[in-house]
Amino acid sequence: MLPGVLALAAATAMGLVPAAAQAQDKTITLCWAAWDPANALVELSKDFTAKTGVKMKFEFVPWTNFADRMLNELNSKGKLCDLIIGDSQWIGGSAEQGHYVKLNDFFAKEGIKMTDFAPATVVGYAEWPKNTPNYWALPAMADAVGWTYRKDWFSKPELQTEFKSKFNRDLAPPKTWTEFKQVSEFFQGRMIDGKKVYGAYLFTERGSEGITMGVTNVLYPFGFKYEDPKKPYAMNGFVNSPDAVRGLELYKALYKGSTPPGLSNAYMGEGLDAFKSGQVAMMMNWFAFFPGLNKDPNVGGDKIGFFVNPSDKGKGVQLGGQGISVVSYSANKNESLQYIKWFASGDVQKKWQAIGGASAAKAVLDDPAYPKSSPYAQAFLDSMGMVVDFWAEPSYAQLLLAMQKRVHDYVVADKGTAKEALDSLVVDWTKVFKDDGKTK
Amino acid sequence: MSAPRAFVARAAQATPPGVAVRMRGLSDRAIAWLFVGPTMLLLLAINIFPLIWTLKLSFTNFRANRPNANVLDVGIDNYVSVLTDPDIWLAMQATAHFLFWTIFLQMLIGFALAYLIDRKFRGHGFWTTMILIPMMLSPAVVGNFWAFLYQPQTGLFNYAVSFLTGIPPSSFEMIGSVRLAPWAIVIVDTWMWTPYVMLICLAGLRSIPDYIYEAAEVDRASKWRQFLSITLPMVLPFIMLAVLFRGIENFKMFDMVNLLTSGGPGSTTELASITLKREAFEKWRTGYSSAFAIILFVAVFGLANIYVKALNHVKNR
Repeated sequence: MLPGVLALAAATAMGLVPAAAQAQDKTITLCWAAWDPANALVELSKDFTAKTGVKMKFEFVPWTNFADRMLNELNSKGKLCDLIIGDSQWIGGSAEQGHYVKLNDFFAKEGIKMTDFAPATVVGYAEWPKNTPNYWALPAMADAVGWTYRKDWFSKPELQTEFKSKFNRDLAPPKTWTEFKQVSEFFQGRMIDGKKVYGAYLFTERGSEGITMGVTNVLYPFGFKYEDPKKPYAMNGFVNSPDAVRGLELYKALYKGSTPPGLSNAYMGEGLDAFKSGQVAMMMNWFAFFPGLNKDPNVGGDKIGFFVNPSDKGKGVQLGGQGISVVSYSANKNESLQYIKWFASGDVQKKWQAIGGASAAKAVLDDPAYPKSSPYAQAFLDSMGMVVDFWAEPSYAQLLLAMQKRVHDYVVADKGTAKEALDSLVVDWTKVFKDDGKTK
Repeated sequence: MSAPRAFVARAAQATPPGVAVRMRGLSDRAIAWLFVGPTMLLLLAINIFPLIWTLKLSFTNFRANRPNANVLDVGIDNYVSVLTDPDIWLAMQATAHFLFWTIFLQMLIGFALAYLIDRKFRGHGFWTTMILIPMMLSPAVVGNFWAFLYQPQTGLFNYAVSFLTGIPPSSFEMIGSVRLAPWAIVIVDTWMWTPYVMLICLAGLRSIPDYIYEAAEVDRASKWRQFLSITLPMVLPFIMLAVLFRGIENFKMFDMVNLLTSGGPGSTTELASITLKREAFEKWRTGYSSAFAIILFVAVFGLANIYVKALNHVKNR
């Protein structure tokens, strides 16, 4: 053994080497989906390495394979990820199966308060069981479905005049689903700047979660509820209520009459392509993509506007976003917890927001300057006030795939009626909960 | 003598005497085991063990995403559930449609192409290479590539159909229509794998000795009679082999179809392999999906065995 190494070993044993110097040998791996906010997180994390000496590695997986890849990793107790920014629906299963470290004691010790984060994000990204103070993640990336529209098209005087004469109101971002249908049909097949354009872009993807994440934005405002608020897992009359049926019928009518051809299996990426290439007047997508779109040289800046999900009987929009968790199989739990502590601090949250992330911290969202910080900030704040999450049950995947099938069968494949689709969904979901022992 | 023992004995007999002399202290049999053993162990580890494990899991309610949950023995419940699930039968129906039409079209076009190429016309080498290109591509690339081609607004396929029929390109959707989507995947698979069938048929055509045709000419047999009585019967074992290969491959088709349609619209193109993947790795119903996998394995293995017997019968005629 070399004398220098011997001396270092002896010094370490005697506690003479500072903690930061020891940390320089440590590398932690953070796993997430591959998208713009992940690149922002790489930039942000350089500050963490500079401060603590802990190096960071990143494992980013495309959204289409994200759940498959990461849930396989967790289920096989893999050691690839020390930290994981997992989807909100995974919380239940990951908590029950011991994939995530429970963070209550750590939060208490470090003075991290969940009351410092937007309530919807705490329930959606951190708690299991829901609405109980059991925390398995720190809200990391606040997100919801929102809408973009072609502000430049909407403000064309000839279109304004034509729309007003037809509907007796200004051509403006729709506030209700009735207005949405009118506006989208108004643009459908119209020639603008010498090009044929279409009304709206909606999620229709079949394979993972796309159409469910899309259709719920119409179902929630129409009155769809996952269960009886007074009787958990009792879904009949809520999932398939007459209002929910009306909402599903509207989604199909929009798909058939207000979208570009070839939209039968499209999700986030295809929506961005459709909007950027000037195909659609309005686009449904996650707020996380809006900073990038706002900067787009062709459709961003003055040409783009943002609005919140339309309402009907009530309000509601699909929650997205994720919390950051420490993987219980990690060999670097201390360093990972150190990262969470660093990430939770107000200054880091502000920088996270500034460089392209989406903070869930009240210090950021409640700042009086926030609503004017970007053209989409107010819509985002309004959306976060009315978000609804999909089932976060351990069997969420079965519940999700059942909805994917039933809804796609009805909306895209013209199979049966909306009532039959939602009735079948109740049957599917009841079976899943029965198999899980949650109902008899 | 058991099969492995017989195999080792044959290997031992085949061991060159010189080797046996140099490896002092080891018998020929031991040397044979030394060489064959690791391969056999590997084979057991990666093929036989998973099969036995899948069989075991198929009688339980095990879920791979809940390793801590109690695993109960459910007997044949999973098999009953699979066989009585209407969605499974729909997937099998979609698979049967895909299998029948892809094999039928690939054999027809593949044989016709092989017959043409076998004429050895000017530039036949160039055209053979061109025809072979699709099968050299990765199914993932082909899936994405054809998804673009099928786009109603920008895809070349719709424009080609429009050019030939006069139907406006954006008035129909190949992968978004319940009626057309099953044919969309058949077209892509046929485009990709017909060259493979063509190669097998070409090998069959080139294995027919010229003197047989010369004898037929002497007997004044017409070209049609030569085709029916010489070409077709002699190429038939090759065609049957191609049917076997393509049948097994297409029964487990996943990647190309998944990329092209994700099983949609609705569940129209959800083949058995896509259903199996959803059950096993998305819904995490490991026991149930193991039962489904065993049923598929038995079906393919059984049918393939019957088919191979028929193939041998034709070959030995």
